[in-house]
Amino acid sequence: MTFSRFGAVLRARNREFLRDRSALVWNIVLPAVIVLGFAFAFSGDPPNAYKVGVYGQAGDGPAAAFMRTDHIDFIPLADAKAAIIKVERHQLDLLLDLEQERYWVNDESPRGYILERVLAGTGSAGLARRQVSGASVPYVDWLIPGVLGMNMMFSSLFGVGYVIVRYRKNGVLKRLKATPLTAFEFLAAQVVSRLWLIMSITVLIFIGTDLIIGFTMYGSYLNLALVFTLGAVSMISLGLLIAARTASEELAGGLLNAIGWPMMALSGVWFSLEGLHPWLQKLALIFPLTHVTTAAREVMLDGAGLSAIAAELMTLSAMSAVLLVIGSYAFRWQ
Amino acid sequence: MAAFLEVKDLVKHYRGAKAVDGISFHIRQGLCFGLLGPNGAGKTTTVEMLEGVTAPTSGEILYKSEPLGPRFRQEAGIMFQTTALQDFITVRETLEMFRRFYRDTAALDVVVEQCSLSEFLDRDTRRLSGGQRQRLLLAIALINNPEVMFLDEPTTGLDPQARRNFWGLVETIKARGKTIVLTTHYMEEAYTLCDEIAIVDHGRIIAQGTPRQLLAAHFNDVILQLPQQDYTPAGDEFDLPVLQHRGMIEIATPDVNGAIRKLMARGVSLAHLRIRERTLEDLFLELTGTELRA
Repeated sequence: MTFSRFGAVLRARNREFLRDRSALVWNIVLPAVIVLGFAFAFSGDPPNAYKVGVYGQAGDGPAAAFMRTDHIDFIPLADAKAAIIKVERHQLDLLLDLEQERYWVNDESPRGYILERVLAGTGSAGLARRQVSGASVPYVDWLIPGVLGMNMMFSSLFGVGYVIVRYRKNGVLKRLKATPLTAFEFLAAQVVSRLWLIMSITVLIFIGTDLIIGFTMYGSYLNLALVFTLGAVSMISLGLLIAARTASEELAGGLLNAIGWPMMALSGVWFSLEGLHPWLQKLALIFPLTHVTTAAREVMLDGAGLSAIAAELMTLSAMSAVLLVIGSYAFRWQ
Repeated sequence: MAAFLEVKDLVKHYRGAKAVDGISFHIRQGLCFGLLGPNGAGKTTTVEMLEGVTAPTSGEILYKSEPLGPRFRQEAGIMFQTTALQDFITVRETLEMFRRFYRDTAALDVVVEQCSLSEFLDRDTRRLSGGQRQRLLLAIALINNPEVMFLDEPTTGLDPQARRNFWGLVETIKARGKTIVLTTHYMEEAYTLCDEIAIVDHGRIIAQGTPRQLLAAHFNDVILQLPQQDYTPAGDEFDLPVLQHRGMIEIATPDVNGAIRKLMARGVSLAHLRIRERTLEDLFLELTGTELRA
């Protein structure tokens, strides 16, 4: 790779974007409107039903009758420690530990109080009570990491995929092909150009939203930046792959929508994946946005360090590498 | 001496149709080689294979006795028939971008001067006129100080003045010893600029040589032209071939004096008589039976 050629394309792309006032305003204003709009719209209680985490195998124990109660989501969980934190943060209204025959409730949670009364009414005398405390995480705080990730996703997919297809269609790529510029240099410049743009906009929206409505941020800003950077690279790489050969803007738009909308719906941006069918939970893992949302929430809401989000970071890195390699290999100038 | 650029039995198929059907030729260094033919003849496909942007179905292209590769990319200057440039960047920035793609480059001010770009150097490329845009595209093709240049129908769509200005630029480049491959459907352009031409039709070369050689090989006559209203056919047989063409009568003859005597004997007015030499346009008509289709 020659940095002179890479830098030349990067500079030209940045100039093109920054001078296209309408695109620039749209790229900044739209995400801000979306984030703030959703923040205000969901600033009340979460719309979900009552949520009870279940640790251990359900059987004929003292909680059996309680678990047959309608209108309560019973969510199987594998990590008891993480589940207790969720009770502290009001992300779970109550936690049943069937192995130890005990339950956890947050004494500051009205929903936990009601569920505890229901539990008592269904004959739970055999369960030991454990109490935690902690203020609830407002739904909007839970929502913000996902919405920021969603903005990044749409900007990555359409900002890169569409532009490359347009270049191919109008002959810009054909002219570049006739120079010593390599496909990798061209694609790397597109990734870096879009990456700094996305990160700049995300930082602006993060600061602006925090100033206007305020939200929880327990973790390290550097860790969050790392999550968003890797997330953006993986989603930009996905955009490159979609645009690798497509010459029709209509087809590219269809493909980008076909991937973008399911990703938005299933990546846990709007609701916790824990309540989904296990098959859908597994499907959600193929989307980079799922890992971005999960890791960003862990950093922002749980104060997670790098070791806690290592799995998501490695997954995003691997996704980026695989998508970039396939995208570069499949790329056609014409 | 080895050919500078050599093409051997080049074939290109598009979904079963043969766009190029076994073309072979070689180009010597420092010459302007013209590929002539109507639209759809296969000349753009041929030149795009020479440029390395389209892969041939079969055949071989050698640049300095080697297959096209990184060396060719560094040393070739290319001007496509139609080229889009990135939006929102200026003429200067466009040239600077392309300049960074190459190891050996021409000085920016030299190229700017050569292609007369200084007046609109800081203008957005979207706001250039047709002639200005073609000069910029030529400047891009010159930015790597190329040894070989490909100009694919460079003056299509330009007005006559802009076209003649462009020819002047190409003459200057030729004078510096550059090898040029030019495609065009303007016969006057080919005659003015090219040292050697190949006429292409239906994907094959149907004639090749210098313009004078080709004309001498196919014609030994000149054309007498008269306005149609001045020519009054008499009842007797006129033993010279007479063609009607765009309101004119054209008489092809190797014996001008004899033809004029016959016309005077018939009482034809010679007030508007013109005599012209055979052109490449005539040659094309002779070879293919059709006029050049622009």
